Amino acid sequence: MAKEYVNFSHVEVNPNIVLSIKEAGKTVETIKKAEKVGKIISTTFTYIFIVALAILVIFPFYWMIITSLKTLDEITGMSTGGNQTYFPEVVMWTNYVYVFQRFDFTTYMFNTIVVAVFSTLGTLITTVFAAFAFSRLKFKGREAVFMVFLATMMIPGEMMVISNYITVSSFGWITDQTLLEAYACMIVPFWVSVFYIYLLRQNFKQIPNELYLAAKVDGKSDWAFLWKVMVPLAAPTLISITILKFMGTWNSYVWPNLVCTDVSYQLISNGLRGSTFTNADTQVTEYGYRMAATVLVTVPLFLLFVFFRKYIMKGVGRAGIKG
Amino acid sequence: MFKDRKKLKTISSVSPSGEAVLPSAQYNKDDNVIVRLVGNSPKKQYQVSGIDDVVSKNNWKAWLYLAPVIILVSVFLLYPLINTIFIAFTSNYSYIEGYGTGLTLDNFAIVLGLKQYVVEGTGASTETNFVNYAVPNTLIITFITVPVSITLALIISVALNSIKWFQKFLQTVFFLPYVTNSIAIGMVFAVIFDKQGVINGIFNIDTNWILNADRWTAMIPLCIYIVWQSIPFKILILLSGLQGVDKQYYQAAQIDSASKSKILGRITIPLLSPQIMYLMITGFIGAFKEYTAVVAIFNGPSTSDTSTTKELLTVVYYVYDILQNDALTKIQLGAAAAVLLFVVILLFTFVQFKVSKRRVFY
Repeated sequence: MAKEYVNFSHVEVNPNIVLSIKEAGKTVETIKKAEKVGKIISTTFTYIFIVALAILVIFPFYWMIITSLKTLDEITGMSTGGNQTYFPEVVMWTNYVYVFQRFDFTTYMFNTIVVAVFSTLGTLITTVFAAFAFSRLKFKGREAVFMVFLATMMIPGEMMVISNYITVSSFGWITDQTLLEAYACMIVPFWVSVFYIYLLRQNFKQIPNELYLAAKVDGKSDWAFLWKVMVPLAAPTLISITILKFMGTWNSYVWPNLVCTDVSYQLISNGLRGSTFTNADTQVTEYGYRMAATVLVTVPLFLLFVFFRKYIMKGVGRAGIKG
Repeated sequence: MFKDRKKLKTISSVSPSGEAVLPSAQYNKDDNVIVRLVGNSPKKQYQVSGIDDVVSKNNWKAWLYLAPVIILVSVFLLYPLINTIFIAFTSNYSYIEGYGTGLTLDNFAIVLGLKQYVVEGTGASTETNFVNYAVPNTLIITFITVPVSITLALIISVALNSIKWFQKFLQTVFFLPYVTNSIAIGMVFAVIFDKQGVINGIFNIDTNWILNADRWTAMIPLCIYIVWQSIPFKILILLSGLQGVDKQYYQAAQIDSASKSKILGRITIPLLSPQIMYLMITGFIGAFKEYTAVVAIFNGPSTSDTSTTKELLTVVYYVYDILQNDALTKIQLGAAAAVLLFVVILLFTFVQFKVSKRRVFY
């Protein structure tokens, strides 16, 4: 049987239908050009958008710095007759001088550094030991203990505050508190961090087993292997832990506020929030001094960030994949 | 001694400095021993050490390594957990003696305002702070700040991911709020939202945002501050998620000439869903525990210096407020509130655990 073909000469096309191709009449060059223009426009909008948001994000920092340089009259609107301006009319560097008289920056700074150093050291030691045991040594009940540890990560810290307060006071660290006892209150409960143990254990596990066996061949003990091989190899994680711990101490507010019976034992956040900066004569809050103090508290963290940006962002990022 | 040389696995040892060391020993997996090769003749091989002591099931050394952590975890994590739950269920708990007169559910009823709180000598009163202030405020904060901050963070991350110049720099700028002292920046926000502050200046209004503010108005600077503070972490997570997305998906979309909104909705967001889910749940948990922001901006649980109402309490603030001001009489109420918070957070953690097992949502 012969195939039937459609004879196109008999097919009638509706004359109203016009077939058109969108890009008809355009050469490759014009299409490329149009795409390029579109891309430039969208990129420009993206940059405008993102820079505008970035300005919003850093605005509080800008406002902190310029307010710290203003006179009180200017901040309260007395001299300008209205709202605060975007740049100080009179630059008051002396605000920073007054701050050191009103706000015992050095004492709080010293307390914070002592607490940060000792709680970080303690945490590092306990974390290294525990992570080593969990990652390299085998013993009965290892998985069970580790699961219990992981489970404690679910407990919100707020839950512990009530009982920990009772615990440290039963140690006798609250009544007739000395400076050392106040330090102990702020350091000892923070010598352990399950999350850092978890983080370091993951890191230790990546170190190839062959290294361990090689160390054994060379007659090295576990102890020597831990400090000579594992710790140097995990140094980036340890640096991240140190910095995050320092930042944590710098920011800690609740616990020092509860356990310190004397204001001068407290840490920098408490000192900042607790200082009144009220003018003794007029009872008006000296916003300029207050902002100068916040600048002083913020700058060290900034410096830390500038120098250790990589470690901080990595550490925080890894905290994100703990789920 | 080792006739079956195939069993021996060469140890490729690397010195700590990174340079490779010639294999000097071999490890027999079956017998769990290390053999050091001293000479070429098989006779001179000898066994250096069995590593059985490492693998042994009762390794007292391991427990020695763990001892400090176990002690600290027991004293400062596990004991407090049990003790707080115990206090919450104890009637007439004495904070000095450390025990009460019996088990009860009254503390929960009192905190929730279902039962009157009776103090001997002063009479009964209804505890309203938790139900009227702490819970509603916490819920408002949670259901406003979490969606807003995630949406903003998503937009910013997508924009950041699409640009070339200054990407690292802008990324750092957006990370800055993370590395600040929350108390210090809270005080700055208080100045920005001051009656003479720049916000009132820009919009030409005269609102009390902070001092003597209406309770609901005060929520606005509070929420803005919390969003501002929580965005960096979210951007960091989302951006690292975006950078991990396979470029092929976008190339395929380009070939199909899909529109930008379609690419965002059909490719980017579904591929980021594990990260978004993670951020939502941790965000909820974080917002339930919000406390520092209130102290930082308002310096207390009230917008007014003189009033005694505590209209800005959050759940955690409620617990801390009791600990600081009424530890002797009301500590069991604080414990009950903490247990309620714990249960809610546990629920959310459980959901996260379930969800993170199913990491793919597309």
